[in-house]
Amino acid sequence: MKNDYRARNHPAWWAFAVHRASGILLAFFLPLHFWALAQALQGAESLDGFLRWTEQPLVKFAECGLVLLLGAHLCGGLRLLLIEFLPWHDHQKSLLAIAGGASVVIGLAFALNVV
Amino acid sequence: MAMLKVAVWRGAEKGGFQTYEVPRLASQTVLDVVTHIQRAIDPSLAYRFACRVGVCGSCAMNVNGRARWTCRTHVEKVAADGQLEIAPLSNLPVIKDLVTNMEQFFDKWAKARGRFTGARTRDDDFARVMPDSPQRRHVDAGIECIGCGVCYSACDVVQWKPDYLGPAALNRAWTLHNDVRDTRRVERLVAVAGDAGCHACHTHMSCSERCPKQIAPTIGIAGLKRAAAAAALDGEL
Repeated sequence: MKNDYRARNHPAWWAFAVHRASGILLAFFLPLHFWALAQALQGAESLDGFLRWTEQPLVKFAECGLVLLLGAHLCGGLRLLLIEFLPWHDHQKSLLAIAGGASVVIGLAFALNVV
Repeated sequence: MAMLKVAVWRGAEKGGFQTYEVPRLASQTVLDVVTHIQRAIDPSLAYRFACRVGVCGSCAMNVNGRARWTCRTHVEKVAADGQLEIAPLSNLPVIKDLVTNMEQFFDKWAKARGRFTGARTRDDDFARVMPDSPQRRHVDAGIECIGCGVCYSACDVVQWKPDYLGPAALNRAWTLHNDVRDTRRVERLVAVAGDAGCHACHTHMSCSERCPKQIAPTIGIAGLKRAAAAAALDGEL
């Protein structure tokens, strides 16, 4: 027999899923990020052209999502490091809630800055 | 009389759910339901139990998709809509109906060097272990495991990587690692630090979430990771 979603439906498993999904999506973003930086090698005109393109509302919206992913991956990773390296505490679910809340705060702070 | 609709796994690895109608009684446990089916409806149903009071751990099954001790699970708690689904534990070969073959589960305890080896003989004095010492506290946190297999069934890493030693064997290794009388510390760290050992854990914490004894094998697995890393730095591994 194999487990299905019912066995996995608990906060720590969801934290794993968010950490894994954000990691994979960020890995897809990285080549794009390096490509954008590489525009500087073609001269200021080329980079400025790209940066003007990123001022579009839809791109800004996507950027907020990106920062949310970064926040989630960072906070999830810090949570794992705390579990691995610090003495165990029985407030693991509070730690999860803090990591989740901090991720949203990071994403919203960026969104506020954009607006 | 109110009736429960109970879907029970019948067959072995290949099989299907068969539905039974069972009278709903006060203070009824899931094990009571399975026993009613076997005694009053279909005597060919195979299942395991012994103590009925949460001591032996042999009645563990998947109830509505989650591994549990059926004897300590009240129907009221899990069948709000009058329906139950009862299946054998996950990640173990099914022998028949609700009975799994737990051989690999216990073999992995042996692979993780889950056996105490001391240096003293019966002629020596008792070892003195202070109850408040950090090692003794680590042992206390994990020693109540009765080997029911709930954590092993709940663990996705076991499902994804069948060689993985699993939470129970690693929890056992951690309690022995902290037993100051044990003499095979390094050998055990070698056994649990391999590809299928503690470093394979993804920290889903399903083991800690589902353990009916409220043990958190995640603690021991994290501890073994630190111990193995420290031993590697000291040149012991």
